Amino acid sequence: MKCQHCEKPATFHITELTDEVPEELHLCEEHARTYLMQSEVKEDDVPSIAGALAQHLKINEAAEQLAKLDQQACPLCGITFYEFRHVGRLGCPHDYICFEEEIDPIISNIHSATAHVGKQPRSGAAGTDQRTDLIRLRREMEQAIEIEDYEKASQLRDQIAGLEDEPTG
Amino acid sequence: MFLDELTGSGGEWLKGTGPESDIVISSRIRLARNLSEFPFVRKCSESDKASIESRVADLINQESKWSDPVNYFRIDEMNDLDRQFLIERQLISRELAESNGARSVLIDSDEKFSLMINEEDHLRIQAVQSGLDLTEAWHRINAIDDFVDSCLTYAFHPRFGYLTACPTNVGTGMRVSVMLHLPALVMTRELEKVFRSLQKINLAVRGLHGEGSEAMGDFYQISNQITLGKSEVELVQQVNEVIPVMIEYERKARDFLLRESRDELSDRVSRAHGILQNAKTISSEETMHLLSSIRLGVNLGLIEVDIPMLNRLFLQTQPAHLQKMVGGKLDIADRNIHRAKYLKKSFNLGDN
Repeated sequence: MKCQHCEKPATFHITELTDEVPEELHLCEEHARTYLMQSEVKEDDVPSIAGALAQHLKINEAAEQLAKLDQQACPLCGITFYEFRHVGRLGCPHDYICFEEEIDPIISNIHSATAHVGKQPRSGAAGTDQRTDLIRLRREMEQAIEIEDYEKASQLRDQIAGLEDEPTG
Repeated sequence: MFLDELTGSGGEWLKGTGPESDIVISSRIRLARNLSEFPFVRKCSESDKASIESRVADLINQESKWSDPVNYFRIDEMNDLDRQFLIERQLISRELAESNGARSVLIDSDEKFSLMINEEDHLRIQAVQSGLDLTEAWHRINAIDDFVDSCLTYAFHPRFGYLTACPTNVGTGMRVSVMLHLPALVMTRELEKVFRSLQKINLAVRGLHGEGSEAMGDFYQISNQITLGKSEVELVQQVNEVIPVMIEYERKARDFLLRESRDELSDRVSRAHGILQNAKTISSEETMHLLSSIRLGVNLGLIEVDIPMLNRLFLQTQPAHLQKMVGGKLDIADRNIHRAKYLKKSFNLGDN
């Protein structure tokens, strides 16, 4: 794929996170850098995931670091940081923990705040920590079925059933 | 079937009762919630979606907590016309209608509450009140949320709050919105200015059907842009505080129009009435536009038409409503003819 602004290959695929349909940008390194710097100074605009990342990563290092970051995947749902940037949607609740460092500046850019105030669920965050592992177990079970490792699949199924029945909170 | 019963009625949000109901149409709150043990909907397998759907649906269906019977629909087993019908009534989103896999909606019989399962988030709970009544909407939705929370484990983070698929909804997961009818601000071209000042205080303005939709019939929704760092009550307050200001702007614009161009305004209203009574074919957009002029005319004492009927027509002349009333699918040309007939009949009956 070519850069939207020149003939060079597009190595950066940036997704602007808006409330509506995410806007995709395909840019070469040079144009990506210009774009990220612009996003940083633009103020009144809709908060930009790229802009927030740029501030976080420092412009000069953005290219290499972003490429490395893109490879990282959530151990539970398997979503890569690249996929998140691409679609503008996270994969599972655990992403907020495993990508916390990267998501933090994005969130503070969008909301001009970093901490929740207000209602809390009955079991707080403990219930979430206790149950998100089911995401990984179910995914592993499906993979086991796919490669016809039924022994492993049935072990996982028992483990899942046990966890599902555990009371939370 | 429940859907067919709804066809003839106007829905809670267009009932047009409550204080300031000539300008304030309805108050709406929605909460985005996810279960901690499943990926967000976009990353769900088919069986994940089916599990979420059945768990939430069972929970709500078995519960006798609701004063009215709750109606439950599987969107994936529904035809396009019924889906469009629910979108027009603002009971489901376009996203829920158009996505795939197991998904459903629960609606109480007076349409004040709806719960979408497997939209962008596992749960999208909505409470609607006619007129300006966000506080009541908040009390109701809060109780429903507490009940769901007592049976399932919500995804929550100590610092980020309720976790959502899109970081723009994280924190409270709450969108508070009030729908206003602002024809005079549109006519005097002052709306842009007002909206820009709202954006500065982190309030968003959307059209009739929410995000990205056009402002048909001069209906606008004002809602909070941010969801993190303010409590639910503060978010309600923030929107609540700005509504009287919006009402005042619209009233000033109406006074201005009456004072400076009463004849033109009166002419516009009468012409709108004339077209709606006599057209042989008419589009949905033109209908909304003309109904909006008449609604303004009634509220300014320029013409006498029954307001509840007008409110109902805003909804019943939309494509899916019209087709359900006729009892089958119609192409655009036929719809426009049936719409004109229906309008003529409604206005003539109303005049008697």
